[in-house]
Amino acid sequence: MTDWLPPLILATSLLPAVATFFLHQESHVWRNTLNLGGALLKVGLVVFMLVEVAGGTLHETRIDLVPGMFLLLRVDALSLLFLTLSALLWLLTTVYAIAYFDRKPNLSRFFGFFSLCVFATTGIALSGSLLTFFIFYELLTLSTWPLVVHKQNAASMRAGMSYLLYSLPGSVALLFAILWLESAAGPVEFANGADFADLDSASQRWLFLLFAGGLAVKAAMVPLHRWLPAAMAAPAPVSALLHAVAVVKAGAFGFVRVIHDVFGIERVTDLGLGIPLAMLASVTILYGSIQALRQTGIKRRLAYSTVSQVSYIVLGAALVGPLALIGGLAHLVHQGLMKITLFFCAGIYDERAGIHEIAELNGIGARMPWTSVCFSLGALGMIGLPPMAGFVTKIYLGLGAMESGAPWVVAVLAGSTLLNAAYFLPLLYRIWFTPPPDGERPGERPLGIVVPAVITGLGAIAAGLLAGADFSPLGWATLIVERHYQP
Amino acid sequence: MSLPITALVLCLTLPLLGAIATVAAPRHATPLVTSVAGLMVAVTTGLTSHVAVHGPVVVALGEWAPPLGIQIMADGPAVLFLLVNALVMAAVVLFSLAPIGQPGPRSRLAQTFWPLLLLLWGALNAIFVSRDLFNLYVGLELASLAAVALVAIERKRDTLNAALRYLLFALTGSLLYLLGVVLIYAGHGTLDITLLAGELGMHPTDALAIGAMTAGLAAKTALFPFHVWLPPAHAGAPAPASAVLSALVPKASLYIALRLWLEAAPGAGDAIAVNVLGWLGALAVVHGSIMALRQERLKLVIAYSTVAQIGYLFLVFPLALGAAGAVGSGVADSAWNGTLFQALSHALAKAALFLCAGLILEAAGHDRIARLAGVAQALPVTLFAFGLAAITLMGLPPSGGFMAKYLLVTASLEGGVPGWGLIVLAGGLLAAAYLYRPMASAFRHPDQESAAPFTTVAAWRQAIPLGLAIASLALGILPAVPHELMGGMP
Repeated sequence: MTDWLPPLILATSLLPAVATFFLHQESHVWRNTLNLGGALLKVGLVVFMLVEVAGGTLHETRIDLVPGMFLLLRVDALSLLFLTLSALLWLLTTVYAIAYFDRKPNLSRFFGFFSLCVFATTGIALSGSLLTFFIFYELLTLSTWPLVVHKQNAASMRAGMSYLLYSLPGSVALLFAILWLESAAGPVEFANGADFADLDSASQRWLFLLFAGGLAVKAAMVPLHRWLPAAMAAPAPVSALLHAVAVVKAGAFGFVRVIHDVFGIERVTDLGLGIPLAMLASVTILYGSIQALRQTGIKRRLAYSTVSQVSYIVLGAALVGPLALIGGLAHLVHQGLMKITLFFCAGIYDERAGIHEIAELNGIGARMPWTSVCFSLGALGMIGLPPMAGFVTKIYLGLGAMESGAPWVVAVLAGSTLLNAAYFLPLLYRIWFTPPPDGERPGERPLGIVVPAVITGLGAIAAGLLAGADFSPLGWATLIVERHYQP
Repeated sequence: MSLPITALVLCLTLPLLGAIATVAAPRHATPLVTSVAGLMVAVTTGLTSHVAVHGPVVVALGEWAPPLGIQIMADGPAVLFLLVNALVMAAVVLFSLAPIGQPGPRSRLAQTFWPLLLLLWGALNAIFVSRDLFNLYVGLELASLAAVALVAIERKRDTLNAALRYLLFALTGSLLYLLGVVLIYAGHGTLDITLLAGELGMHPTDALAIGAMTAGLAAKTALFPFHVWLPPAHAGAPAPASAVLSALVPKASLYIALRLWLEAAPGAGDAIAVNVLGWLGALAVVHGSIMALRQERLKLVIAYSTVAQIGYLFLVFPLALGAAGAVGSGVADSAWNGTLFQALSHALAKAALFLCAGLILEAAGHDRIARLAGVAQALPVTLFAFGLAAITLMGLPPSGGFMAKYLLVTASLEGGVPGWGLIVLAGGLLAAAYLYRPMASAFRHPDQESAAPFTTVAAWRQAIPLGLAIASLALGILPAVPHELMGGMP
């Protein structure tokens, strides 16, 4: 039976993307209608599927390319976690981007690639096989490049170069790993895992290394992280999407898939692969935080904070225990909500008050209260202040580490929390407790750039406060893990 | 004659009749070539769908069966090449209507361009459907002469030099090939590929014959180290001519080599010979890419890229006939299909790239990579087409190039020779590197330096390379029918 729902969800991003490329620069109404319409339709479809999947229905679409090679779209609980995040944040980012760019040039190109980027992310979420995952993963690499270089100035061209310089070798490693595995095990579907019978343990370790290398680039893990801070040259809506939903999350999500649905927990444990990866994630968490501390630009500090925070998700997957995985998966959503809030706000500061440097934030709280409240919510959430979303994550990761017999991770989490506080609290101090400089009061208009930040900021609180609810990120992550561990 | 047979005969005769007609009535050349191009696209599309449904179409000319008569056959691979040839040629015809078809100083050029283009078209088609080694020689010779003349068509000093060098390689190649044909005829009394299958390799002179023919074909295909003629010739010719020359002409001689080695003499290749061909292909990938990286002009980058991309095509010899092919028929099938995907998608993408370069050259007056800033604003559709074609050459999904890469790497891994697969993957990265330079340069904002003004180019002409680039992606998005037509090892 052909199931039309997964392709339909993909089409809600692909069709606006293709149509937008053909629109004239001045066709603002058409462009905005197409993009918002696609985003709204998608959210509707995702809500419908959430209810269905919670009830136990599975949606699956298989498209044969050539004999032995197929695309598989499969909606399970894990894909919906990522899909829901991307659908909601895409809608908000579209609203934000429309208001942010207003009447700037090259918008049809921008929104075309923007929607294509979301199409690729959706495809990654829906992928039911390794090959499908790779195809969308590459599509994401390609569709992001025009967004990164959108400003077409020297800095963004350098950023674009650095992005591809890291990404393309990463893709080659990933493709080689996939083809190697599939030449021994046949096409790998996530629902069944791979059959490693024909591979000795050395080959299996090499395979894992190749997979990890390919995914670590997008997840911005040390030492493959340098492209991410450079990509800050992109416009604010791109940074928001890149750091919260699209690229880095694709890497982290890939780690969850590879560890749990390709290798399987037992094999990862038997081969002793989880702990080294968890160590690398820990190094990234601490290194990213320390680097963040050293930055003086707002966006660069946020970028290094992303380097650090995304590895929480990898850490949760690498510890191969149910509680840690719940923490990691919940953080996939939590980090997205908090980080997108921070980037929305950084964009508003930049666009409305011309503020790029941390030192320029003095007294901005009184002058731009809405933005500053949202920024503070995001920052406090990142630090992990109860009852915010970040706190929930850290508790589960800590418990998971104890469960998996890696108590040193708790020290990493504690250290990271201190560092988070050290690089975020000075900003909050400047925003709220220092006197503002003289001069005109910057506005917080139009509503389109502030409302998305308010919504995601509130979302970050709600995710923590209502963590016990069934449809909270934590609740859904628990559902995923329960289904995974008790098939 | 039944309809499919008529179509097959038309594929051979229509371009040649068109060539003669354009010589006879140069004033009416424009309507003539456009109608030939339109008819040919329709005929080859019809023939392809017929073969896809009902299987190969065979015609014995004069109703004499081989070895007395000559057979032509449109099987799956043949119709795919006929179709891609028609698409590229039709695109080039449309593209050339504006600069060459208009009256004025260039109309003299049109008098020679159209007949040569149609002659080349017919010669290539003859190669794709011939089953007779001597017929193949005739096609090859016609194609080479038309190609050399197309290089020299502008009569500029440096392109004349390039054309002369091309002629030298092409003639040597033809002679070597002819020598092999003579030896085979002396040994077997037939030149029909079907009859030779299984026989070739038995006679003592066969090794020499196959060696001479392969060397000749390799020179015409511009396999490293016989590639030196290609970059100046392809970069020096006018862009629409380059598109045809780079996309299709080397494929024709390769096509003969494939028929010879994989169809007529699958058992004759010894392990050393097939590995040498593979190694030369690998060296071509590396050398061509590095040279492409070092060029300052866009057309030279694209021309060296052809040297590199042709290298992949020679990996089929060790993968299908070497130790890997012995592992199982699946490996050889993957290698064969992957090679055909590479040949076809490269043809479409390379034609698109040369047409893009032609438009940029027209609009900017030069193709120096360092001074391309502003192209993204002036020719957005062209640059988009360039990007899509680049995706195919890099072998990234979704594209025909990715299908090729997937199948070739799978064949090498399943055959237990991962080295060849690594070459393919490394080649993809190198392609990304040499294509990124012009792409990034064109993307830069013009106000960073003293911007040269661009003349405007009609949108419909920019749409032509876009169409070709989309076709090269479509090979990877809807690969089922082409894959079935390729059909695995013959």
